[in-house]
Amino acid sequence: MSFDVHRIRQDFPILSQPQHGKPLVFLDSGASAQKPRAVIDAMTRCMETAYANVHRGAYRLSEVATDAYEASRGAVARFINAPDAREVVFTRNSTEAINLVAHSWGRGVMRPDQAVLISELEHHANIVPWQMLRDDRGNPLRVCRVTDSGELDMEDLAAKLADGKVGLVALAHMSNVLGTVTPVERVVALAHAHGAKVLLDGSQAVVHRRVDVAAIGCDFYCFTGHKLYGPTGIGVLWGKLEHLDRMPPFLGGGDMIESVSFEKSTWAKPPARFEAGTPAIIEAVGLHAAIDYVNAIGMPAIEAHERALVDHAMRKLSDVPGLTLLGRAQDRGGVFAFALDNAHPHDLSTLLDRAGICIRAGRHCAEPLHTRFGLEQGTARASFGLYTTPEEVDYLAGALVKAREFFA
Amino acid sequence: MSGNDFFGDLRDLYQEVILDHGRKPRNFRRLEDADSTSRGDNPMCGDRMELFLKMTPDGHIADAAFQGRGCAVSMASASLMTETVKGKTPQEAQALGTAFRDLAMTGQCPTCAASLEDAMERLSPLSGVHEFPSRVKCATLAWHTLNAALAGAKEASSE
Repeated sequence: MSFDVHRIRQDFPILSQPQHGKPLVFLDSGASAQKPRAVIDAMTRCMETAYANVHRGAYRLSEVATDAYEASRGAVARFINAPDAREVVFTRNSTEAINLVAHSWGRGVMRPDQAVLISELEHHANIVPWQMLRDDRGNPLRVCRVTDSGELDMEDLAAKLADGKVGLVALAHMSNVLGTVTPVERVVALAHAHGAKVLLDGSQAVVHRRVDVAAIGCDFYCFTGHKLYGPTGIGVLWGKLEHLDRMPPFLGGGDMIESVSFEKSTWAKPPARFEAGTPAIIEAVGLHAAIDYVNAIGMPAIEAHERALVDHAMRKLSDVPGLTLLGRAQDRGGVFAFALDNAHPHDLSTLLDRAGICIRAGRHCAEPLHTRFGLEQGTARASFGLYTTPEEVDYLAGALVKAREFFA
Repeated sequence: MSGNDFFGDLRDLYQEVILDHGRKPRNFRRLEDADSTSRGDNPMCGDRMELFLKMTPDGHIADAAFQGRGCAVSMASASLMTETVKGKTPQEAQALGTAFRDLAMTGQCPTCAASLEDAMERLSPLSGVHEFPSRVKCATLAWHTLNAALAGAKEASSE
């Protein structure tokens, strides 16, 4: 089946809702994507026909809900080619997944003298938990440089791994600002050769690329449901079972224990060990529907659509006078951060909103990266989803020219 | 279609006075002999300013100047503020700030005293910001910073 973006757009009810009397041009999918009817319906259906708490009720409805929750775990495992569904831990989002690793692996398994290596292009979610670990346990934090074109400086990465003192490399699979896709296979090979484990933040990548954790060879991988056309409140941490087995719990409570007495409790096996309390059941069902939806269109078709869109956007945005694009990585996805010479990102965002265009303005939770590129005032960012059309890119480019005239 | 029509009613926010002060902020300099200075930050968007006040011997604001970075709204607001507070006592400046915050948030100024009318008239081009809740902070950052400077605090945040 060929990729028909205009037919796909009909799957997303919100895309037909005008903004300020203009058609909605939603270019902030990198922050959170819109939801297809299939996801909305699956969650409604769950609440209307198949909802109860999971993992505890000895009655049919609870069993149905448990099956649906666990089926979502299976769908996630297949989606990222995880060898075993028990390796899939549901979290609230990527941020919580990274915090889980920082807590349970960082404090529970790593030695305090082992460093964590991140990069300049990280989202705050992949910076702050490691700073907290450093301040708490002393684990040094190293930062790999990013080149002027917005790519990972692989020489610097190798240099910072060389002494064998790095315990964990924590890296974005795709930058939420530069669009850069990082060479994760090479990073993993290099890190493992120096005795470091690898955590990849796939929040952006998983939306734009076929992700195969087995082929990548990483130790942990995380992503969030709401950027993948699923609901908010559900994210995923995938970790090799041998790692998860060694890790103490993150949060304590119901569902994560084997036995509890006032003297001592023992932990359930993964993934239950890391899912304390009633989980996001309806959201897991929604995430499953989102994965099914993406799979039905096909990741290769989505990738091809996006590649064409990225090339088109590169040409169109480069033609806008006064526009500076942040990052020109060879391997990149549909995220474009830019500065316009005479318009502040926030003014630009307010202006474009009146034309029906939603973009993000600011530093996109990546303040150190903006400092690195001398853009402390922030940038504007357009990010694409599978429903983004070349016509929308053209409309954006035209609006940017008009915005520049507006502020002239 | 001209830019004006294309962006709907945005001239209500970006009036010519705002664009002019945004592009060429007045009193955009450092006062080396300032009696009080304060830094203002809007952590959400990265706007940042430093405000300098020079007082007369009898306690009026002799000079006000600022430096920093930000959007057209925050730069214009800081620029207009430095113009309007000169010659005022700290109490008058604070009352003006309260009146301005009302204006920025509601488009109206119920607390506006007659003595502030002239100054409020000059600040009125910023009243359009009340239609843009996410941008109100841009307009009020300078006034938060002024309050901090008058209170002897070194830092203010619009959060």
